Amino acid sequence: MTVQEVGRPRRRKEDTRLLTGRTQWTDNLSRPGMLHVMFLRSPMAHARITRVDVSGARDLPGVVAAFSGQDLAAEQGSLPCAWPVTEDVVIPDHPPMAVTEVRYVGEAVACVIATDRYRAADALDAIEVDYEPLPAVLDMNEALAPDSPKVHEAGNKAYSMQITSGDIEAAFRDAPVVIERTFTQQRLIPSAMEPRAVLADTDGESYTLWTSSQIPHVLRVMLAVTTGIPEHKIRVVAPDVGGGFGSKLQVTAEEVLCLLLARRIGRPVKWTESRSEGNLTVHHGRDQIQHLRLAADADGRIRGLRVELIADMGAYLLLLTPGIPLLGASMFNAIYKMDAYAFGCTGVFTTKMPTDAYRGAGRPEATFGIERMMDELAAELRMDPLEVRRRNWIRHEEFPYTTISGLTYDSGNYEAATERALSLFGYDKLRAEQADRRDRGDPVQLGIGVSTYTEMCGLAPSRLLGEGRFGAGGWEHGEVRMLPTGKVEVVTGSSPHGQGHVTSWSQIVADALGVPFEDITVLHGDTAIAHKGMDTYGSRSLVVGGIAVLKACEKVKDKARVLAAHLLECSPDDLEFEAGTFKVRGTDSGKTIQELAFAAFTAHDLPDGVEARLDSVATFDPETYSFPHGTHLCAVEVDTETGRTRIRSYVAVDDIGKVINPLIVEGQLHGGIAQGIAQALFEEAVYDAEGNLLTTTMADYLLPSAADLPDVTLDRTESPATSNPLGAKGVGEAGTIASTPAVVNAVVDALRPYGIDDVRMPCTPERVWRALQERAQEGERP
Amino acid sequence: MPRITVTVDGVTYEEDVEPRLLLVHLLRERLGKTGTPIGCDTSNCGACTVMLDGKSVKSCSVLAVQADGCDVVTIEGLGTNGAMHPMQRAFHEEHALQCGYCTPGMVMAAIDLLRDDPEPSEETIRQGLEGNLCRCTGYCNIVRAVRRGAQEMGQAVSTS
Repeated sequence: MTVQEVGRPRRRKEDTRLLTGRTQWTDNLSRPGMLHVMFLRSPMAHARITRVDVSGARDLPGVVAAFSGQDLAAEQGSLPCAWPVTEDVVIPDHPPMAVTEVRYVGEAVACVIATDRYRAADALDAIEVDYEPLPAVLDMNEALAPDSPKVHEAGNKAYSMQITSGDIEAAFRDAPVVIERTFTQQRLIPSAMEPRAVLADTDGESYTLWTSSQIPHVLRVMLAVTTGIPEHKIRVVAPDVGGGFGSKLQVTAEEVLCLLLARRIGRPVKWTESRSEGNLTVHHGRDQIQHLRLAADADGRIRGLRVELIADMGAYLLLLTPGIPLLGASMFNAIYKMDAYAFGCTGVFTTKMPTDAYRGAGRPEATFGIERMMDELAAELRMDPLEVRRRNWIRHEEFPYTTISGLTYDSGNYEAATERALSLFGYDKLRAEQADRRDRGDPVQLGIGVSTYTEMCGLAPSRLLGEGRFGAGGWEHGEVRMLPTGKVEVVTGSSPHGQGHVTSWSQIVADALGVPFEDITVLHGDTAIAHKGMDTYGSRSLVVGGIAVLKACEKVKDKARVLAAHLLECSPDDLEFEAGTFKVRGTDSGKTIQELAFAAFTAHDLPDGVEARLDSVATFDPETYSFPHGTHLCAVEVDTETGRTRIRSYVAVDDIGKVINPLIVEGQLHGGIAQGIAQALFEEAVYDAEGNLLTTTMADYLLPSAADLPDVTLDRTESPATSNPLGAKGVGEAGTIASTPAVVNAVVDALRPYGIDDVRMPCTPERVWRALQERAQEGERP
Repeated sequence: MPRITVTVDGVTYEEDVEPRLLLVHLLRERLGKTGTPIGCDTSNCGACTVMLDGKSVKSCSVLAVQADGCDVVTIEGLGTNGAMHPMQRAFHEEHALQCGYCTPGMVMAAIDLLRDDPEPSEETIRQGLEGNLCRCTGYCNIVRAVRRGAQEMGQAVSTS
């Protein structure tokens, strides 16, 4: 009796090398004759470059070369933006190394190549750059004013777009209740633990680039387009990659420049960023101003929702920059039914580091907006926040349901997840304690926050991406190779960086082919091995890449069936496949998949016209997204004397469809929830009035530590996805999307008796304390 | 250039080093001990934590010359006879790592905190690991792993 692998909490195959230090981080790699690159970066937010003199650096011992942007201008091209979201979107020229003008602090203006990193760092000091300051543009609203200084000649507006569904005017006309709020999604720094690193080498004919990237395949194409080096002469390898969270879903200046520098010098060059360099120049996340208006009936039923976003693009459009806020365009309406919906977004240039994908990418912003509004609606109507949600959400018997924004949700059960969360949380008891503390005027107030989220996973169906003007498809590639000894080699186009693909894919293949989990290896992250791929982001790996592997397994079995029928002298239709063996129905006669792999290898007795291999490839392109959902409940204690928030308990019940490995799912939720809590309470990228980033180190940018975070209680409900054969929905971003509004709703709930109906994120002790002081002073005024 | 003698994972090295060379760069770039990674430049993240004469240090904040005459143990030297240290095993069993970049430092810090308290509470573990940052796990399973590791190390001591 074979144990089913899918659904088992398998310990990860990846762990051994990570736990014993036998890792292949890009910075660990070395090549004979390798040189080290360092970049000199702009200290000005906006300036004209009037002179760069690298000669002082070139003369220093150990320095092999030094270049300015001008030196590379003819060959460096422009960094790509692959998502021209509208016909008239402004995509400014974006030289990897600035030539005439810098537009954010940290932009590279020169580089040094030396025999070791210490000498390279010394040599940076010997480069002279003259700048003619230009005005910094930092505030999005001011940037849109007609008299604002310009970031680019074409102006500060990158694009704007409007989507309307239903009669939005009618929904708001005579609405008994209208809630209007403006929320700020602060700028965040993704902060993967592994800083970026790039190693480029050439034999004079072709090029290999090792890089800490989520997207080796996309990068290869983009490097070819950007540099003119033919695609078939470029190999990109993402070795062990230490986290990404969207920040390594990018075609970076440093990747392009290292490739070009290897070509110039004819020797391998490596660049490894420092954390402070990374905080300045790894793309940032979020940074939106959200203006929301919600119209409702007196009983809490939603009539319509208007969303107006201003989104900070930063100084340039990187790979997906303009599209990120639009990933939330169809998600503000969330799990709720309504008559009408309007969404507008304006992308704005500022003299800051560009923004791009960060865990959730557009959906956390949307979920935060609507879930905060639902709590505000509940408060306005003096209703329980869950009751107002119940009155509006799609009931489980209504699936599949096409929402006001046009997406069709295939499955879900919001009632079940909520009921389970309520019982784990002890909702009624906590409400009673809250009432008691309010009555007593306890200086430590209890707040309860609710978030009943959904999101769209599995980026993405190629047709839908095309309709959205995305520059590529969203399919994924999988390959299954049967080795002569019966072992299995799986190749996936998904490029993991901590998600455990090797383990999960092994579980899928073990069940599909009936081979032992231990007999499967999974290869990835190298364009010379996995020759096709669309890589890892948007919670797509399992629900797109995992399905591609499953489909390749089906093809292996189809081939094996033909061979088995030949060897067993029966019709293929007489064979049944069970636990790795093709058996002639009703007999003991059969062939294992391993025997068939060997028979294909020897090829001594193949049917006419049959190839000598069972190996198969498949590409999977889903027809639609998948829609995980769940109910997260958070209880916080807010000390009204110090402003400090402590999370007392956190319950998350998520419905992510069928689960391959519950251990990995649990880990994804733990980490995702932590990152969402971090946005709610701790993290913010802060620029000063001159456009200097103040949060360049981990001492200033507050990644939460173990001491700052709670344990969380997890459970699941299961409504299988109907959009893929595994029934899986994706889990990579769910925790982050759900938890930020749960925490902020809890903080606001604690403070509502004090007349507070919002606290800007992150809800630091200072912000909470100031909000309380302001309300107290207002109360004292006559 | 000063000459130092340092033992790393049981092997003694004699090296001429610049006075400014960081211990972590000595380990990674001179001795090939790349198991110890670098996650920041302000000693906040703890990824580079190693044992220096039995106590945990952040090797980005120690000069190589300060390690002269010292015994350094890195994540690569923790196991014995090819078997993982109980704390490494506990991290595996509890799924306390995802990308794994913080893991070497986290394991070292976890072992170090047990010197002060062999049976730490959840609170003690959370406070004790405050100097080691992880972006993937939310620390939930790390806390569980340290508890499990502590139990197994305690049993190893009591049965030996």
